[in-house]
Amino acid sequence: MSEKQGTRQSRIRNFSIIAHIDHGKSTLADRILEATQALTQREMKAQMLDAMDLERERGITIKLNAVELNYTAPSGETYIFHLIDTPGHVDFSYEVSRSLAACEGALLVVDAAQGVEAQTLANVYLALENNLEIISIINKIDLPNADPDRVKQEIEDVIGLDASDAVLASAKTGIGTNEILEQIIEKIPAPSGDPNAPLQALIFDSLYDAYRGVVVYIRVVEGTVHVGDQIKMMANGKTFEVLEVGVATPKIESREELSVGDVGFLTASIKSVHDTQVGDTVTHAERPADKPLPGYRKMNPMVYCGLYPIDTARYDDLREALGRLELNDSALQYEPETSEALGFGFRCGFLGLLHMDIVQERLEREFNIDLIATAPSVIYNVKLTDGSSVRVGNPSEMPERKFIAEVEEPYVKATIMTPNDYVGSIMELCQRKRGEFKTMEYLDANRTNVIYDLPLSEIMYDFFDILKSSTKGYASLDYEMDGYRVSDLLKMDILLNGEKVDALSVIVHQEFAYDRGKAIVEKLKELIPRQQFEVPIQAAIGQKIISRSTIKALRKNVLAKCYGGDVSRKRKLLEKQKEGKKRMKAVGSVEVPQEAFMAVFRMSQDD
Amino acid sequence: MINKTAHRGAYIHIPFCDHICYYCDFNKVFMKNQPVDDYLDALALEMKGYGADGLPETIYVGGGTPTALNEQQFERLFIDIEHYLMNPSIKEFTVEANPESLNEAKLKIMKRFGVTRLSVGVQTFDNRLLKEIGRAHGANDAANAVRLAQEHGFNNITLDLMFALPGQTETVLHESLERALSLGIPHISIYSLQLEPKTIFYNRMKSGTLKLPGEDFEADMYGQIILELEKHGLHHYEISNFAKPGYEGVHNSMYWHNEEYYGIGAGAHGYWKGIRYANAGPVKKYIEHVCKQGNARVSEHEVTFTEKMEEEMFLGLRLMRGVSVEHFKEKFGRPIEQVYGKQLEQLKARGLIHERDGRLAMTPKGVFLGNNVFEAFLIS
Repeated sequence: MSEKQGTRQSRIRNFSIIAHIDHGKSTLADRILEATQALTQREMKAQMLDAMDLERERGITIKLNAVELNYTAPSGETYIFHLIDTPGHVDFSYEVSRSLAACEGALLVVDAAQGVEAQTLANVYLALENNLEIISIINKIDLPNADPDRVKQEIEDVIGLDASDAVLASAKTGIGTNEILEQIIEKIPAPSGDPNAPLQALIFDSLYDAYRGVVVYIRVVEGTVHVGDQIKMMANGKTFEVLEVGVATPKIESREELSVGDVGFLTASIKSVHDTQVGDTVTHAERPADKPLPGYRKMNPMVYCGLYPIDTARYDDLREALGRLELNDSALQYEPETSEALGFGFRCGFLGLLHMDIVQERLEREFNIDLIATAPSVIYNVKLTDGSSVRVGNPSEMPERKFIAEVEEPYVKATIMTPNDYVGSIMELCQRKRGEFKTMEYLDANRTNVIYDLPLSEIMYDFFDILKSSTKGYASLDYEMDGYRVSDLLKMDILLNGEKVDALSVIVHQEFAYDRGKAIVEKLKELIPRQQFEVPIQAAIGQKIISRSTIKALRKNVLAKCYGGDVSRKRKLLEKQKEGKKRMKAVGSVEVPQEAFMAVFRMSQDD
Repeated sequence: MINKTAHRGAYIHIPFCDHICYYCDFNKVFMKNQPVDDYLDALALEMKGYGADGLPETIYVGGGTPTALNEQQFERLFIDIEHYLMNPSIKEFTVEANPESLNEAKLKIMKRFGVTRLSVGVQTFDNRLLKEIGRAHGANDAANAVRLAQEHGFNNITLDLMFALPGQTETVLHESLERALSLGIPHISIYSLQLEPKTIFYNRMKSGTLKLPGEDFEADMYGQIILELEKHGLHHYEISNFAKPGYEGVHNSMYWHNEEYYGIGAGAHGYWKGIRYANAGPVKKYIEHVCKQGNARVSEHEVTFTEKMEEEMFLGLRLMRGVSVEHFKEKFGRPIEQVYGKQLEQLKARGLIHERDGRLAMTPKGVFLGNNVFEAFLIS
């Protein structure tokens, strides 16, 4: 190692920010950008790191990103900071763990009023697993209801970190920012590693760029990568020639090389993000590392749903749009499927519900395709009487009962952190959702971790909403996959006007079939507008009808109002009515609105 | 394409009210402190402009509340109409009147200036409901106003009534219809309550304090109205209108026949030389515009050929006798089947329209679902 490289490496600090949604992560990132003068005021856009509209609207970051910042300490020494952003939702916990693996330290931001939340805890555990140095920051101390002493105590009791030198900060006003910067220098270790060793660079994100191909975000752990190097992806063995390496400051800057401790990007005419899996290791084709970095996992979709264009003529547009999204989203899977009710569409796989919502929203917003999404489903392992087995991700494809030996469904281990007062109602909820109680951890005088094994399908259903509403929003949830178990599951069909609508079929547990059937039938009655004829709605298991209701025929829809000569107003009214119909799907002779297809799945507590 | 001589009407809007009804979303303002005289000046200027283009065959003075004007203002309005718009061979001259502000003096003025028809805003003959919907008159005031008008020689009178009001029952509706019929009037317009933004009812609805009858009840009432009025010889000739033979509203029929008319006054809509236009709504804006440019048009839209066909259908089908197939071909230069073949077939199959004696009209079922029928004729 040259002396220069040695000095440079000793001044690198790599870190992430861990925070619950709304606890101030983006604002703190902005303060750090400001303090390092990475941007002039004019360039400074609020919450710089959240790139896409969608993320900004939802207040969460889903696309990881990293910036290199130069910070001149009061001592006069200049340090190189790499701030790596992490997604803030449980659907993306694997990606979070890979971003954390690219760091030596993490800033833990806790809201001075709200204290530690379950998701924060989960991410802190991920950080500890990756041996990160953690700097505690109690944020929003300027709020009237801030209680930093209590929160300090919580950090010690609940997480088990020494909070004696936690920084009291207000990212909004800038209080505490200097102290945070000093602690980053003092506490977070410089990266270790040998710049001359065989290359090991961790992929923690990638995105597709129409001009440059895939941009791969990497952290160099060992060795050095140069422009022109032949590199190899260790997961699939594919090789590429590096065209460009660089960093974001946050402006994109090209470099000659990235060496130990550097966090930046490379491009190499890679056509698909499927070749650049998060967690994979980049090495040299000629002198490969003898093993990849630990922790790589291929990500498999957990949740499936059917996506259909309302306008059947837009099937090709939908295919193209999914293809475009897939370029940038290695977790998204899709394959064509056909529904009797909805026509041609795609069965799509997602990491979780948030991921599903985001993809749907982008298809509608960026590609202007009105969609019908069927209720999401997990993947069931179905063992048949002939000894074979199938995986079923579409309820309408569930084999007939007589051919089924047993059905297995995915379970999760759910950790719910709650104030003690709500333990009772949470246990009741978990019980109702077929949960199996595992254990309870008393975190401190006020709070408890309730741990349950729960079917994933029940978590997807209305679990989170009920959890929030029955605990006044105080409880928080984290979960991880926990294998498959045999369950007593049935396929329930929904019939409209006597015809089975395949897109409305759901898998239900025997014990809940009647209640679910009733709730779905009632909800559909509410959502499907009156038609010119009476429409019976039925829920059936096999041939047996378990619930029924009827949408009465439309009786009066005519404007008997004195509009005088205002014809344009009459016209607008008719146009609006016509537009509304365009967002409905004709199923047989029944016009069904978009939201009805999700209704079998999304229902409020009162239903 | 042959464009037959357009029937030409004039609508004149008086936007002032002493009183704002809870359901009303028309262009109207409290009379107090309004520049009424300036408004009448502007109105005269606007009338002058249109009058120069040709005199209308029908005139309709609506509001607002035209009878809210005081006697001097009221008379002055008619002097201006006579001066600028009055056609010696006028077919119909209607004025809207509210029971509480219709008096002998105003009746005499109207008689003197050749008004042929009065439209009295009754809404209901139930005192509790009248109060509930924010009307200023009582049931007897309405009946007395009608009698007074009849005594002054106005026999062609139409009453405005409403149904699907909050708390209205079939019995209450029946009583109102009976009372209206007992007055011996030849025409009734009956409208269902529509909840519109910027009305008192709308706000009550949003705060959850207003209970409206549901769709089923509304349908029942509509059926009841058609039955009762037809029984008494008032035939159902348009979705909301009933008349003894020969007393159908001439001015309003012109709207449904998709003909052209002048719209005069604040917020009025007109259709002239192929352009649908709207005047500035706020009184002061209206006056300013007229003073500056002689009219108050703030939006104009040249009706396209397609739109004209659409309007021919969704307006024409409001009439029970429907649209003449022959007339359509004459007016648009192509057979109706060529334009609307598919729609007509579907609507017939669904039992919503039928064709009889060369006319396409809605079936009784179609009348109840009129918006579904009209919608089908929008091409774009």
